[in-house]
Amino acid sequence: MMRSLLIRGMLAGLAAAALALVIAWIYGEPQVGHAIAFEEAQAAASQAQTHHHGGGGAAESEVVSRTVQKTTGLITAMVVYGVAVGGLFAIAFAFAYGRIGTLGARATAGLVALGGFVAVVVVPFLKYPPTPPAVGNPDTIGGRTALYFGMVALGVLATTAAVIVQRRLLPRFGTWNATIAATVGFAVVVGIVYRLTPKPDAVAEGFPATVLWDFRIASLGIQVVLWATLGLLFGALTERAFQRVRSTQSPHISPPGGTR
Amino acid sequence: MAQPAVPSTQVQQPTVPLRVPVREILPWAVFAAVLGLVLLYFIGAEQGATSVFSGTWVHEFTHDGRHLLGFPCH
Repeated sequence: MMRSLLIRGMLAGLAAAALALVIAWIYGEPQVGHAIAFEEAQAAASQAQTHHHGGGGAAESEVVSRTVQKTTGLITAMVVYGVAVGGLFAIAFAFAYGRIGTLGARATAGLVALGGFVAVVVVPFLKYPPTPPAVGNPDTIGGRTALYFGMVALGVLATTAAVIVQRRLLPRFGTWNATIAATVGFAVVVGIVYRLTPKPDAVAEGFPATVLWDFRIASLGIQVVLWATLGLLFGALTERAFQRVRSTQSPHISPPGGTR
Repeated sequence: MAQPAVPSTQVQQPTVPLRVPVREILPWAVFAAVLGLVLLYFIGAEQGATSVFSGTWVHEFTHDGRHLLGFPCH
C-alpha cells in the first residue's frame, strides 16, 4: 500500500515536473535571460570604472555554460524537485486519506495538493518571492536562505495546524464555519510572522520592474502547474487503483489475479 | 496499464482501507522525508549559504532551476 503510493507519488511528480518544465522554458527562461543581460551590463559598467567589483563573480569564467544551465541543469533541477515533492506528497496523502472527511482518493489528493501549494509555495512567496539573477545581495545569502526555509517550515506547520483545528471545530460548528475559522486563524498566524520577520530586499537600482514582475509570475505559474498536475494525476491514478482492488473483491466482475 | 499500483499478491483478499494506519505510514514517511529533503537540499541550497562539496559547480548547474523554483540563489 505505502510502497505503491510512494512510487506513484514520485512518478506523478516526475510527470508534473515535465509539464512545469514547459512553462519554465516558455515563460521563465526569457526573464532569466533579461536579468542576466542586465547583470552583465552592470558588471561591464562597473568594470569600466574600477578594476573589478567585489561580490558576485557571476561574470567570471563560466563553470557551467548558459546552454547547460538552461537545458540539462534546469531539467535536472525540475525533475529532482518534482520527484522529491511527489514522494513527500504521497506521504501527506496517506495521512490525509480517510482522515479529512469522507472524501475519495481524487478529492483527497486535490486538497492535499492545494494545501501543499499554499504551505510550501504561497506562504514563502508572499514574503520572500523568487528573485531573478542580479536581484539579491550575495552577502546576505546566508540570512535569506535561513529565512526562506523558515518560511517554508512555517507554511507546513501552519497548514497542518489549520487542518487539525478545522477537524476539531467541525462537530460543533459544521464544515463551512469550521473551515472559515481555521483559515482565519491560519491567516492571522502567517500575517503576524510576516510582520515580525525582516525583509532583506536588494533589488538592484535600475533593474526593470517588468522583468521582476514577469519572472515572479512565471515562477508562480511553474509551481501552479507542478502542484495541479501532481494532485490531479496522483488522484486519478490512485482512484483507479483503489477501484481495481475493489473489483477483485467481487469475483463475478473479474477473477482474482486476472485484473492486471 | 503500466502502473503496478495494485499489489499483485492475491493471496490475501486485498481491500481498500478506510485509512492507512499511522504505524504503516511512519517508516515510509521517514524514508521519504530523508530522501526528499536531501534531494531538495542539493537542488535548492548546496553551495549557496552552505556547502557539502567545495566549488560552485552544483550551484551553477542548478542555477536556473533555483531561481525559477523560488530558492534564494545568490
